[in-house]
Amino acid sequence: MSVIVVLIGFSILVAAGFLLAFLWAVRSGQYDDDVSPSVRILFDNESDKSNDSSVNQNNV
Amino acid sequence: MAECVHCGQECGKNPVVFDQKPFCCNGCSMVYQILSEKKLNRYYEMMPSPGIRLETENAAGTRYAYLDNQEISNRLLEFSDGGISRVKLFIPAIHCSSCIWLLENLNTLHPGIMHSHVNFVRKEVSITFHDGEISLRQLIELLHSIHYIPDISYDSSKKDSHQKANRRMIMKIGVAGFAFGNIMLVSFPDYLPGGEAIDRLMAGTFGIVSFILALPVITYCSSDFFLSAWKSLRKKVINIDLPLSIGILALFLESSYEIFSGSGTGYMDSLAGLLFFMLIGRWYQSRTYQSLSFDRDYRSYFPIAVTLLRDGNEEFVQLQDVRQGDLILVRNGELIPVDSVMMEGEGSIDYSFVTGESIPVSKKTGDFVYAGGKQTGAAIKLQVVKEVAQSYLTQLWNEDRLGEETGMNMQTIVNRVSHYFTLVILAIATLAFIFWAFEDIGKAVYVFASILIVACPCALSLTIPFTFGNLMRIFGRNGFYIKNTGVIENLVKTDTVVFDKTGTLTHSRSMNVSWEGEPLSVSEMQWIRSVARNSTHPLSVIVSDWLPAVADMTVEGYREIPGMGISGLLEGHSIMLGSRKFIAGSESPEDSRVSSVYISIDHKLKGYFKLENSYREGLEEVIAGFDGYQKYMISGDNDSERSNLVKVFGADDALYFNQSPLDKLNFINDLTNSGRKVIMIGDGLNDAGALIKADIGITIADDIYHFSPACDAILKSSEFGRLNHFVGFARKSVNIVYMSYGISFMYNIVGLSFAVQGLLSPVFAAVLMPLSSISVVAFASLSVTVLAKRKGLAVSA
Repeated sequence: MSVIVVLIGFSILVAAGFLLAFLWAVRSGQYDDDVSPSVRILFDNESDKSNDSSVNQNNV
Repeated sequence: MAECVHCGQECGKNPVVFDQKPFCCNGCSMVYQILSEKKLNRYYEMMPSPGIRLETENAAGTRYAYLDNQEISNRLLEFSDGGISRVKLFIPAIHCSSCIWLLENLNTLHPGIMHSHVNFVRKEVSITFHDGEISLRQLIELLHSIHYIPDISYDSSKKDSHQKANRRMIMKIGVAGFAFGNIMLVSFPDYLPGGEAIDRLMAGTFGIVSFILALPVITYCSSDFFLSAWKSLRKKVINIDLPLSIGILALFLESSYEIFSGSGTGYMDSLAGLLFFMLIGRWYQSRTYQSLSFDRDYRSYFPIAVTLLRDGNEEFVQLQDVRQGDLILVRNGELIPVDSVMMEGEGSIDYSFVTGESIPVSKKTGDFVYAGGKQTGAAIKLQVVKEVAQSYLTQLWNEDRLGEETGMNMQTIVNRVSHYFTLVILAIATLAFIFWAFEDIGKAVYVFASILIVACPCALSLTIPFTFGNLMRIFGRNGFYIKNTGVIENLVKTDTVVFDKTGTLTHSRSMNVSWEGEPLSVSEMQWIRSVARNSTHPLSVIVSDWLPAVADMTVEGYREIPGMGISGLLEGHSIMLGSRKFIAGSESPEDSRVSSVYISIDHKLKGYFKLENSYREGLEEVIAGFDGYQKYMISGDNDSERSNLVKVFGADDALYFNQSPLDKLNFINDLTNSGRKVIMIGDGLNDAGALIKADIGITIADDIYHFSPACDAILKSSEFGRLNHFVGFARKSVNIVYMSYGISFMYNIVGLSFAVQGLLSPVFAAVLMPLSSISVVAFASLSVTVLAKRKGLAVSA
């Protein structure tokens, strides 16, 4: 049964790792703006744009 | 009718066509042109008509020339070293995904721009650029040319501190959540039947683990509660945080005692859970509108630099360095930053932001000019009479800023309740302690602690954040933006409402037009319209919009004389529009407040257009809707509208005319001093003093992101007709608060009845405490949403 103590110890360590990751994310400003990242991910890369820009122009 | 490809507005009869696409104006087609040249057309694919149209002339001209001044640009730059600079700009026009895309692709527009990043919530863009290749001025002119006009001011520090506080709050929630989950995990075996069978080693270890996990909760997460309780104790008042802190401490000490004495496992899971919920409540309450500003002072309204004329040379100086006697130059569209005297030029000054009146006032050489107006027309020279901090309006404003915040003298509901609550709980705990002390002193201490633990008013403290936080969110969706939840509480207690007239009860931009004089023939109307279309003066625009639309004719010999009128030749007829002085040569005899545009055709007076302010829709319902309120109207104008307003307000003595900004302030002051709780609803700088003095100051704004005087709430002007509903709804929401209090008291009574008997077990606490918190939160949030739906307010985007 005492193996549970060890297991819980590890599980708390893993959880602490996630807590640290969370704190780092907050401190680096990832929670400051929750709108633009969701939009930004949908933008195409710059390289795609130059290739099909002529098509885009016709579509407007 | 075609819609503009750029901004989506109607293009009118004669759209500007470029690339076979219709545009409403040259400005919009220019932006399209710039973007298509640089192959940034995807801007238009993401969102139909994403652009914002400029109200005024597009050309930036020398408007940003002051940015060439090193001192000024250095203050604006966030960072500058080795040819690389970074600047953060507030751009109110940011509103959709296309905006994000375009602003983050600025480097395509100019090679000197290295990187740009948009913060959508704060409507800010942070741009890193090579200052050798593009200067700050050029950068801002570039943004201006694509209709993203930055609002340049020095005061960005306040926003940063809010952001930091928000981050701290989220981190605390994270830590509390972490501790809550893990302590639950190690406490779990205790709650199972047969939990006593766990061997001593494990029980001891779990106790120590939960104690260690609870340490950051008690030291880091609850620091705000302790701090606030300590502050209130020093001021000798009891706020909600005092009983909370007592409960938290009792919970922690009792649990630590149990763990280390080996007598039990304590209530650490309840402790972490409570803090987790309470922090979420605080966070929800503090979520405000980051892109709106409620506390601006005059500095963010006036420009940061002015053009100074020294020995015939123009130079830019920072506003606070302008001294009495200096000669300054104010160009078309620029603000007059200081009280001054006209020295040269024809002043046509638009005081719409000061008074709400959009028709420019003409000023001649030698006239005194108050700060706050906007010059429309050619550049004028002014001599400074008073420095900026001493100007009439700014002084009025500053004077009040020094006084303490008026809203603070109202005791909040929760503090009043917690006052009695704390005393009652302490009394019960002491009585129970004395009762048990006769039997068993150890048991007495335990009961005392249990009572404090179970009575911890966490459900009580969650009620207001969730009720008013949700209400604030719903109001925001409907165009009524509130500074913080405290405003809602104060709103409920008000019993007097004071309105400004011009710009508040009346529209600031549209007017009622009527023609007085001999009837005009169709072709005459056509001529007048064609001439008027050439001018951007508000009166010309209103007249030309009012006349029936026809194909435009070419005007020959068009002339515009600032402050007088316009003239032109059409099909051989000379058409003149303008003031009575311009057309008939005499000053207008009647009331100067009703604007008139006189018309002469072939030098023969035909009559005049009478333009009157039109009242906002729903005015009567709004005034009538303030049931049980004392209603006043206070205006800087003369009483030409008295008869109309008496009908609306019902009583003649509620109307005050010819009031100066200082009179308005004093009027509000007298009301509050006589014990009335006052809502002031105004729009302009002339109401700024009164808005601050009132218990609740509500500003009406056409554009909520642009400058508005310091206030407690901002109302979108289009939502004016619903103002009384908002106030009524806020009143109703207080009932929800009291009902939630009822629920949380019920839990408290159940918990207390167990605690006084010394029967409080950890399982019981672990179930009861989160249950009470969650049920109160659910009740508060849901009932506000349901009530809002019934009232016809939009609850989701």
